[in-house]
Amino acid sequence: MTTGTAQTLSLRDVRIALPDRELIRQLSIEVAPGQVVTVMGASGSGKSSLLAWIGGFLQAPFVVTGEVSIGARRLNDEPPHARRAGILFQDDLLFPHLSVAGNLLFGVPASVRTRASRRHAVDEALSEAGLAGYGERDPATLSGGQRARVALLRTLLSEPQLLLLDEPFGKLDAALRADFRRFVFEHARGLGLPTLMVTHDAVDAEAAGGPVVVLG
Amino acid sequence: MNTRSPSFTKIGGLWACAPWITIAVFLLPVAAGLVGTVLPAFGYLPAIGGEHLSIEPWRALMDQPGVASSVRLSVQTGLLATAFSLALAAAFCELLQDHASYRRLSAMVSPLLATPHVALAIGLAFIIAPSGWLVRLASPALTGWDRPPAGLVTVRDPEGLAMVLGLVLKEVPYLILMTTAALSQVPHAALRRVGATLGYRPATTWFKLVFPQVYAQLRLPVYAVLAFSMSTVEVGLILGPGNPPPLALLASRWFADYDLQRYFPAAAAATLQGLLVLAALLAWRAGEVCVGSVGRAWCERGVRAGAIEPAARTAAGLAALALMLGLIALVGMAFWSFAQSWRFPAVLPGQWTLQTWALQLPRMTGTVMTTVGLALASALAAVLLTIACLEAETRRGHAPTHRVLWLVYMPLLVPQIAFLYGFQVVLVKLGLDGSSLAVAWAHLVFVLPYAFLSLADPWRALDPRYARTAAALGETPWRVLWRVRMPMLLKPVLLAFAIGCAVSVGQYLPTLFAGAGRVATLTTEAVTLSSGADPRIMGVYSFLQAGIPLLVYGAALALPALLYRRRRGMA
Repeated sequence: MTTGTAQTLSLRDVRIALPDRELIRQLSIEVAPGQVVTVMGASGSGKSSLLAWIGGFLQAPFVVTGEVSIGARRLNDEPPHARRAGILFQDDLLFPHLSVAGNLLFGVPASVRTRASRRHAVDEALSEAGLAGYGERDPATLSGGQRARVALLRTLLSEPQLLLLDEPFGKLDAALRADFRRFVFEHARGLGLPTLMVTHDAVDAEAAGGPVVVLG
Repeated sequence: MNTRSPSFTKIGGLWACAPWITIAVFLLPVAAGLVGTVLPAFGYLPAIGGEHLSIEPWRALMDQPGVASSVRLSVQTGLLATAFSLALAAAFCELLQDHASYRRLSAMVSPLLATPHVALAIGLAFIIAPSGWLVRLASPALTGWDRPPAGLVTVRDPEGLAMVLGLVLKEVPYLILMTTAALSQVPHAALRRVGATLGYRPATTWFKLVFPQVYAQLRLPVYAVLAFSMSTVEVGLILGPGNPPPLALLASRWFADYDLQRYFPAAAAATLQGLLVLAALLAWRAGEVCVGSVGRAWCERGVRAGAIEPAARTAAGLAALALMLGLIALVGMAFWSFAQSWRFPAVLPGQWTLQTWALQLPRMTGTVMTTVGLALASALAAVLLTIACLEAETRRGHAPTHRVLWLVYMPLLVPQIAFLYGFQVVLVKLGLDGSSLAVAWAHLVFVLPYAFLSLADPWRALDPRYARTAAALGETPWRVLWRVRMPMLLKPVLLAFAIGCAVSVGQYLPTLFAGAGRVATLTTEAVTLSSGADPRIMGVYSFLQAGIPLLVYGAALALPALLYRRRRGMA
């Protein structure tokens, strides 16, 4: 798993509103490579809408102004698939029709051409995550913690330039949670990815160790 | 207060019987009909002198000139129509998710679903015929033709392409509806997001991630489309080639012969049709496995975009075109019914008149009454049986397995021609052939699956706590059904009824066989008229054929809206 030169994610003067109310008045954040910034807020505070907007998924009736860029690249007008924004959702969303390795191969860019080099990238990621030999397994047979790790690996293998975490620990039980949290942050830092996490759990924010922005 | 607590595990004898009665009512005709077709195919039908088993009927069938072409046509039209319909519907549903214009177009799906194949086929024939709308639009300005070109064969072409188009017009809306329903079982919005965050373009994401999961639920409807497209007689009569015809047409032609000895090769042709459909279904299944493994390899190569993007957009555009063509076909026939004169190459009728309607309607009263009566009777029976089965399921407390779904689909997977003749033989034995009851029963065989499939999902989705709350208040299971479940499910119940009516109105072969040719409906009359009658009269028939089901649909939607106009929770 490699990424290009790590760059800073910046949000400038972001305002998100619904026709009847304002969710985020004015938000500017800089996330340095390898840094994890946490956005906290109650449900309905607009924190998930913020991530959806950065990913390019926010649709009407939301009205958004402001700018999002990664390094010198402005993301606002790019379609979602061109933004190279990796997102980890609360659900792992592993594809049930593909094997574990199939899911990860789906993430590996097509620029990694040969079958052998693609397999190599996947095997390396699996063994480094303590899942060596799990490639041919049906994702449905994995435990919740294993599935969560595969979902992260799939995102990282696609070589994103930033990482968005949409309450990715919400559905894991307490023991797994700390474990997986550490796994995610280690990888994000190791790859120098600017990471933006939304959560309503203060423990998550503390574990992230970066700046915390509270909405609402 | 009543302290009896109703039991959800033990169910009374009547309810326990309901699924079995239902299966008997709609599967016995299929099973008995198959036997009654296969035996004459091997020479056994004592009533007309076939006392011994022989392979003579098969020899007679094989000696028929062009029978190989009939077989090829049957397979070709079936596979082409199914593959095109599926591809178009799948691509359309992708764009449906994000584009308002496609969502507006999808409003056409319901009216087209309610329209019988025959009405659409007749309308399409008028659009693409040498004297039809397409040529008229270009004539004489572009073509120089001031009379219909004689050498041009667009309808009933020898390769059956007009027939494929006619089937696509009807099956695309059906598969769009089925795909939309299946999408509710798949987290498609989330999958499309994941695809995009991994850098995949929309159509690539759709066909790599969403569609494989949707297809698992779409399999049986697709099989039904394949079985129907291979073996339809009515669409073939209107749009298909006549010499040699598709196999099912050959069989039905011989079944209608005055020479009773023709029954034997006809039964052999019908049996062969059944085997062909079985073989095609198995081949399709094998194709699924191949496409699945090629598709997985395609997923694993990680290509983010490609030829699939323009291909999917083209297919979606063609689907939109198919929907519009279906609608234009209906409008064209409506125009004919009000036309006084409509000479070639005029694009619109020269003069309008109500005369055709005024002349035809009084003559059609009996046919319309029969059509409506059969539709109401078979749809009512189907809905009652469906409710009985679902209520039994609710009281037993668990849904049946996936295998039961195959049973429900059985009448749609076995070609009509392969069992309706045998069913007619059974009806003769019972002294029922030619009666309205027999025709209603034959319709029920096809109405029931659709009624069941449309009502089962909303029924099972109803929160069981409503019934438990009512039970806890002391209501008996009967009153829970009548006072809670039925009123809450009024809309889907009426919709199932409307769908049942539409299916009944469209039936051709079941009416013909069970009615022994003596029961005339709008559909059987329209098929008869399609071979060269006044297009104005055909317009009246097509209009009514499409209009009656639509009227029932409208009523099914309006009634709950009216009854519950003060209940926002029921909207």
